[in-house]
Amino acid sequence: MEIRLEKFSKSFGPVNAIEDMDLAIGDGEMIALLGPSGCGKTTTLYAICGLHRVSAGRIWFGDREVTHLVPQERKVGVVFQSFALYPHLSTFENIAFPLQIRKESNADIERKVKDIANTLHIEELLGRRPGQLSGGQQQRVALARALVRRPDVLLMDEPLANLDAGLRLEMRSEIRRIQRESGCTSILVTHDQVEAMSMCDRIALMHKGKIQQIGTPDEMYHQPKNKFIAGFIGNPPISFADGVVEDGRFVAQGLSFELPDQIKGASVSAGQKIAIGVRPEYLQPDFATAIEGEVTFIESQGREILYDLKLGGGQIFRSIQSSEQTCKLGDQIHWGIDVNSVFFFDEQGVRL
Amino acid sequence: MDDRKTNWPLTLFLLIVSAPILIMYVWLFIDSVSEINIESIWPEKFTLRNWRFLTEEIPGHGSVWTATLNTTIFATSVVAIVVVLSSTAGYALSRLKFPFRAPFLGIVLLLHSFPSVTLIISIFLMLRMIGLYDTLVGVILVKAALELPFGIWIMKGFYDTVPWEIEMAGLQDGASRFQVWYKLVLPQIMPGVAALAIFSFMAGWSEFVLPLILAPSSDTRLLSVYLAGLIIDDYLSDFGLFKAVGLFYVVPVMIFYLFTQDKLMNIYGGGTKG
Ligand SMILES: Nc1ncnc2c1ncn2[C@@H]1O[C@H](COP(=O)(O)OP(=O)(O)OP(=O)(O)O)[C@@H](O)[C@H]1O
Ligand SMILES: [Mg+2]
Repeated sequence: MEIRLEKFSKSFGPVNAIEDMDLAIGDGEMIALLGPSGCGKTTTLYAICGLHRVSAGRIWFGDREVTHLVPQERKVGVVFQSFALYPHLSTFENIAFPLQIRKESNADIERKVKDIANTLHIEELLGRRPGQLSGGQQQRVALARALVRRPDVLLMDEPLANLDAGLRLEMRSEIRRIQRESGCTSILVTHDQVEAMSMCDRIALMHKGKIQQIGTPDEMYHQPKNKFIAGFIGNPPISFADGVVEDGRFVAQGLSFELPDQIKGASVSAGQKIAIGVRPEYLQPDFATAIEGEVTFIESQGREILYDLKLGGGQIFRSIQSSEQTCKLGDQIHWGIDVNSVFFFDEQGVRL
Repeated sequence: MDDRKTNWPLTLFLLIVSAPILIMYVWLFIDSVSEINIESIWPEKFTLRNWRFLTEEIPGHGSVWTATLNTTIFATSVVAIVVVLSSTAGYALSRLKFPFRAPFLGIVLLLHSFPSVTLIISIFLMLRMIGLYDTLVGVILVKAALELPFGIWIMKGFYDTVPWEIEMAGLQDGASRFQVWYKLVLPQIMPGVAALAIFSFMAGWSEFVLPLILAPSSDTRLLSVYLAGLIIDDYLSDFGLFKAVGLFYVVPVMIFYLFTQDKLMNIYGGGTKG
């Protein structure tokens, strides 16, 4: 089922949480709503499932408009951040609840619950209460309850936030597998970019109630539309430096290099203030455009080593290298950046 | 609860402190089945004469069984009204947005702390006016009304502890607002409901002033009024009888309390986050 938001806005009294949001999600697609805390992810999710009334705009499921439908009529399965299992019911009764409400026959309920429990590997837990389950198990039960009545749409609000690191890794692929098997159009709300990148077909990056960019994880990483996106996506994060354009060169204190042709050709004029963004993997010892600085920080992450390089102008550039440690703290060194992989932004932060 | 070790010194201390109360109850029992000289403390000989009120009417005081039945009807009706209204009103106050919600809550709290005796004259007049004076229904309504603020406030406190997301999940699973309340939320606050029921039952059972003033006739009389009537009666100075009736009056409460005390704890422990 396709989902479309048209000029969706939501305000709480004087606070505009979401303004004029357009979003289209393809049938069977899994999209991530990614963004920092308070950017309106949950608000968007609640509008789609009908728990929040929209202030303006429309919501479509396929060619059915659902803007003013109550949650009960929307066929949306939701996994809440806290899982929201019914504590007084057993796992079986929890999963069966949506079916019982629809007055399905006991035989049907029994079969469907067993089926979904099978898919999620929770058959042995059916007799237990939520209080007797671990976090990961509760999360599977919540997922089972959301999926058991075969919803058109599956919404998950930070479903992995309450799990420990190991379990999170396991559940990531697990959720993706189940989403593929069920073919549900899905939205995953998260503030963790790794989760968004690894689980979803596309990412919608939100900031202050607006979608900044929608695209595949690759596009988001390699073609960010603006400085916010470039800074949000990528771990360890990108490094920025401000400078001006002079004679077709980028010039900042302690740093100067020839602009690549596609930037020179574009609308930069002499004297214009611009900013560059360099991802850590494009600052390496043997790259062409030399920069000089002092090593101010070294962190070994096991397979890779993270360095901070402080330039003459005080800017800090990050580098991640997989070879063995070649320098030590305080060393003055010459490394290079790959100018063709550097992002250039104008003063408003829009990428050139 | 079960695997906690008994703390003997503490138990002993509590035992000593509550000894006077225990001794009084034991005394009450012994006195009620013995003949006793008015000047002495010690019982003289065993008798069941004090319990004669169970089989015969004390002249001018009606049957104790009518009073017992009335008290039972009174207490259970109060429980029914208080539980049903508090559990629904508490939900509305905890969860629904409606005009004057905050002032309403304030007024409820005010009514709870209001000494109800001061209302008795106007209540008396009102009951006269609507023809419910000296009827069981009349006192039941009054007593229930006076218990409601406490009940509503307590229930609201319990509802406040139930997470919103449970209700959202219920709606999402297709349940109506009523089904969500009845099937998902109410079961979570059952300890609170049980505690409130017990609490109002005891309050109803021990109520004295309201029935004394609002339902004094012999066929609407409650046990508390019956007992007071015996004591006041100048022609009757039978202390053994008073004690036996008193015992008869408290025993149901004590038995009831023994079975329900753990539930009653909830009202003070669990849900009073206002
Ligand atoms: N019921 C409400 N009343 C008033 N403001 C609200 C309400 N719900 C959300 N907001 C505001 O709307 C904005 C978006 O909130 P939302 O819960 O959607 O954020 P979020 O992206 O889910 O953040 P988080 O990652 O912290 O969960 C916030 O500024 C929040 O303060
Ligand atoms: Mg949120």
